[in-house]
Amino acid sequence: MKSAVIVFPASNCDRDAQTALKQLTGKDPHMVWHQESALPDVDLVVLPGGFSYGDYLRCGAMASQSSVMKAVKAHAEKGGAVIGICNGFQVLTETHMLPGALMRNADLKFVCRPVKLTVEETQSAFTRKYAKGQQITVPVAHGEGNYFADDETLNRLEGENRVAFRYAEGDNPNGSARNIAGILNEKRNVLGLMPHPERVVDPLLGGEDGKALFQSLIETLA
Amino acid sequence: MTQITPELVKEHGLTEGEYAHIKRLLNREPSLVELGIFSVMWSEHCSYKSTRFHLRKLPTKAPWVLQGPGENAGVIDIGDGDACIFKMESHNHPSFIEPYQGAATGVGGIMRDVFTMGARPIAMMNALRFGDPSHPKTRHLVEGVVHGIGGYGNCMGVPTVGGEVNFHRSYNGNILVNAMCVGLAKANNIFLSAAKGAGNPVVYIGSKTGRDGIHGATMASAEFDDASDEKRPTVQVGDPFTEKLLLEACLELMATDAIIAIQDMGAAGLTSSSAEMGDRGGSGIELDLDKVPQREANMTAYEMMLSESQERMLAVLKPGREAEAEAIFRKWELDFAVIGITTDTKRLVVKHKGETVADMPITALSDEAPVLERPFTPPAPKHAPVTFDKSKKLMDSLLTVIGSPDMASRRWVWEQYDHTVMADTVQRPGGDAAVVRVHGTNKGLAISTDVTPRYCQADPFEGAKQAVAESYRNITAVGARPLAVTDNLNFGNPQKPQIMGQIVAGIDGIGEACRALDYPVIGGNCSLYNETNGEGILPTPAIGGVGLMQDVHCMATIALKREGDALLLIGEMRGHLGQSIYLREVEAREEGGAPPVDLAAERKHGEFVRKLIESGRVDTVHDCSDGGLLSALAEMAMAGNIGIDVGVAGTTVEAIPFFFGEDQARYVLAVPAKEADRIESELREAGIIHALIGKTIVEKVVRVEREGEISIAALRKAHEGWFPKYMSAPHTN
Repeated sequence: MKSAVIVFPASNCDRDAQTALKQLTGKDPHMVWHQESALPDVDLVVLPGGFSYGDYLRCGAMASQSSVMKAVKAHAEKGGAVIGICNGFQVLTETHMLPGALMRNADLKFVCRPVKLTVEETQSAFTRKYAKGQQITVPVAHGEGNYFADDETLNRLEGENRVAFRYAEGDNPNGSARNIAGILNEKRNVLGLMPHPERVVDPLLGGEDGKALFQSLIETLA
Repeated sequence: MTQITPELVKEHGLTEGEYAHIKRLLNREPSLVELGIFSVMWSEHCSYKSTRFHLRKLPTKAPWVLQGPGENAGVIDIGDGDACIFKMESHNHPSFIEPYQGAATGVGGIMRDVFTMGARPIAMMNALRFGDPSHPKTRHLVEGVVHGIGGYGNCMGVPTVGGEVNFHRSYNGNILVNAMCVGLAKANNIFLSAAKGAGNPVVYIGSKTGRDGIHGATMASAEFDDASDEKRPTVQVGDPFTEKLLLEACLELMATDAIIAIQDMGAAGLTSSSAEMGDRGGSGIELDLDKVPQREANMTAYEMMLSESQERMLAVLKPGREAEAEAIFRKWELDFAVIGITTDTKRLVVKHKGETVADMPITALSDEAPVLERPFTPPAPKHAPVTFDKSKKLMDSLLTVIGSPDMASRRWVWEQYDHTVMADTVQRPGGDAAVVRVHGTNKGLAISTDVTPRYCQADPFEGAKQAVAESYRNITAVGARPLAVTDNLNFGNPQKPQIMGQIVAGIDGIGEACRALDYPVIGGNCSLYNETNGEGILPTPAIGGVGLMQDVHCMATIALKREGDALLLIGEMRGHLGQSIYLREVEAREEGGAPPVDLAAERKHGEFVRKLIESGRVDTVHDCSDGGLLSALAEMAMAGNIGIDVGVAGTTVEAIPFFFGEDQARYVLAVPAKEADRIESELREAGIIHALIGKTIVEKVVRVEREGEISIAALRKAHEGWFPKYMSAPHTN
C-alpha cells in the first residue's frame, strides 16, 4: 500500500501517522506539504490531527480552502481512500467530503483520554479486519469533536450503514449526536473519525486496537 | 530628549544608588531608552541580583552534563549521540493577572528556550500552586491556567505529561505557574547564544513586534497589591500557531550550518536577547530598529526595545547565508529581517529614524549588574514533636486524606492536556514520574516536578533537600537513573531578611542534596517578590528532574498487577506526622517539623530499587511521600484495581503515624511472591531497613488488620470526586 500524509503548517500528528504507516506497511509514506497541488501516486491519503492553520477560525475551515485539498478531493472522487483523523475529520466536513460538522465539546473543554468504541460497520476498506460490534479502546484528544448533523442526515448515515465507529454507551467524551465517533462517505472510500488509531499500534503506548484499521487498508489496497 | 527625573527612575524599579552607578558607567545621564534597557537588565528577573551570589554554590557539573546554567537551557548526554535539553521557568505574576494568557505564554516561552538550542520539545510538565479552594478567585484561576497550558501545548503538539497542583491560602494573591519543557537534540548539534565575531548579520525571526508585555520583567520583580489587575496590559498574548511555525522553521534552519548564535526573545525581548548574545560572544551589537517588523504604527524605540511580544527569536548568521535562511522563514510564512550587525566594540548601539538612541557598553548591563549580598536571618526550623488524636478512625481518615484537595486525583487537569501526541508517552500522568520514549529507540526519559512547600515553610533547608530527594525517588520509582535537575525558586520579597534567609537555606538544601545524589543543577529560574500586600507565599523551590532508562520495557508503574504479590516497604518507619497531610486534613493542624532527609539512605535505597526494576524482577513501585504509607497503598490499589491486606508489621509505631507518617527515603513494592524471600535477604545483606507489610488479594478492598476495610470503588469515588465537583460547583462570585 502506498500512502501519503498531508502536512498543514500546524499539523502535529503527521509524524505519528508516518510512524504508524511505516511500522505497519514497511514503507515510508510521502509527506505532502499543504501548498502542493498534486499528489504522488498513492492508494491512501491521511489527513492527520493537529491545528492545520491554527484553527482560530472554525477547525479545518481554512484547510478546506488549501490547494492540496483540491487534489485530495480529486483523489477521493477517483475512488482513492482518504482517512481524516481528528483535525483531519474536521477538514473533511469543512470540505463537504463528509456530512455534518464538529462543534465544541459539550463541556467546552479539551479532552484527552482513552475511550471505548464500538465497531459498527465492517463492510469498508478501513474496518474489515474488525468484528462487527467489537469493542476497542482508542484515545481521543480534541476540543471540537462534538459531531452534529440534522436528523435527516443522521438517519441516512445510519440507514446506509455509514456510521463506522460509535462511542460506547456512557463513554461519549464530547456530546456527539448518537454517539458517533467516525463516519464513511457514500462511496465508502472516505473515513473521518475523532479518535486516534495511530496512537494505539504498540502495546507500550496503551494498546494495539488501532492496528486493525491500518491492516484493513493494507489488505484492501495493497 | 526626555529629562530623567527621580520619579522616572523609581518607576523603572531602580534605586538611587543603582541610578548613580548607571551614570558612572555611562559617564553621563542615560537616555530614556537606555534607562529602560538598564531597568530590565538589572531587574531581579533578568539579573538574579539577589540570588546570584548564592546560586554559585550549587553543583552544576557531572560527566554527562554538556551544558550547565548560563545558557537558555541545560543539556545532558543520554548516550548514542543523543542529548536531552530541559528547563523550568515561572510565569507567576502574569498568570495571576490574566490566567489563560499568562499560563499559555509561560508554556510558549519555555518551549522557545529549549528549541532555540536545537532540540525538538518532546514533553511538557508543570508545577502549579493555587490559593485556598474556598478563596473566591481560586477556581477562576485554576480554570484559566489549565485552559491556557492546554491551549498552547496542545496546539504545539507536544504532550503535557504531568506535573503537580497544590492549594494553600498563602498563594491566594500570588499563584505559581512553573512550566518545564524537555527536548531532544543531537549532542553534536547544540546551538548556543554566544554572538561571536564581528560583521555578522543579526536577524529577527518570528512574529511582529507590538506594544504588549512592555516591562513584564520589571513587573515580575515587584510585589503585588490590590491594584495589580491594572497591570493586565503588561501581560503578553500567545499565538501557538506562530510558535509551531517558528519551531519547525528554526529546526529546518538548524539542519543547515548557517547559524552562529540564536536566542529566544523572552523577558525583556529585544533588549535581553541582544545584550546577552553580545555578552556571551564577547562582541558588540548594532541594531537598526527601523528594520524591525512591527505590528503597530509609530512605535518608539523605547517600546520596541522593551516589548515582550511572543514567538520571536534573534539569530546571528554566517555572512552570506541570509537568503538561504530567509527562504526557510518565508516558506513557514514568518517575518524575517536583518536588523543589525555584530561589531568588535562590545557596545550595544541602537539606532532609530537616523538617530542613535542608545549606545552603551554591554558589560555595563551584564557584569556590572548589581550582585547583592542581601542581609538575611537564618530560619529557625520548627522541631516540636506533634501529638495526634488517637480516637480518629483510620479508614475514615484514609477517605478524607485521599479525597483532600492536595491528594485528590488530578485527572480533571491532565485530561485537558494532550498527553499522548507524538506517540511516545509510555507512562502517562498519575504515576510517580512520566516516561517518554526517545523516538525510534527503547530508551526512555523519566520526568518529575516536585516540592513540598509546607515542609519548606517549617524548615527551608530540610524542605529543599526533600524536594530534590523526592524528585530522585520519583524518577527512580519508574526505573530510571536520575541525571540532572532544573530548579524554579519561588519565594517572597528578598529585601526582608527572613525571606532572604529562606532563599539561602533553600539553595543550600538543594546544593547539599544534589551533591549527595550526583544530581547536578543544569539550569533554572528564580521568581522572587511573590507577595501581595506584604503576605509572602510558602517557600516553593520546585525541582524538575530528568532521568534515563535504557529499556522502557523494564519500567515500573504504581498500579498493582497481580493478586498474591507481597507488599514490601523499603526504608525506615518512624511515623513522622509533623507537617503531614494527615495532620492538616484530618485534624486541621499545620504543625511540627519537616521530616528529616537522610541523603545516604535516599541514595542507597534508590539504587537498590532501581536495580530490581532494571533487571525486570519488579514492575510495581510507588514512592511513599505525601499522605504516607496508606495513601500510597490506596493509590496502588486504585490504579490496578486490585485489593490489599496489610497490617502494622514488627514495629512499636502506632497505627496512625505508621500509616500516615511522611518519613522519607521510602518505597512501596509489590513483589511476586516467589521473589519476596530472595529480595528480603538481599535487603538484609545490604543493610536496608524494610518490612513485609501485607499482600495483594482477590477482594476489591483495602483492608487493614484490626482497623477494617473499605472498597476500592468507595476510595475511587472520594479520590476522583473532589476536582470535578469543586470545578463544577455553582459560581459564587
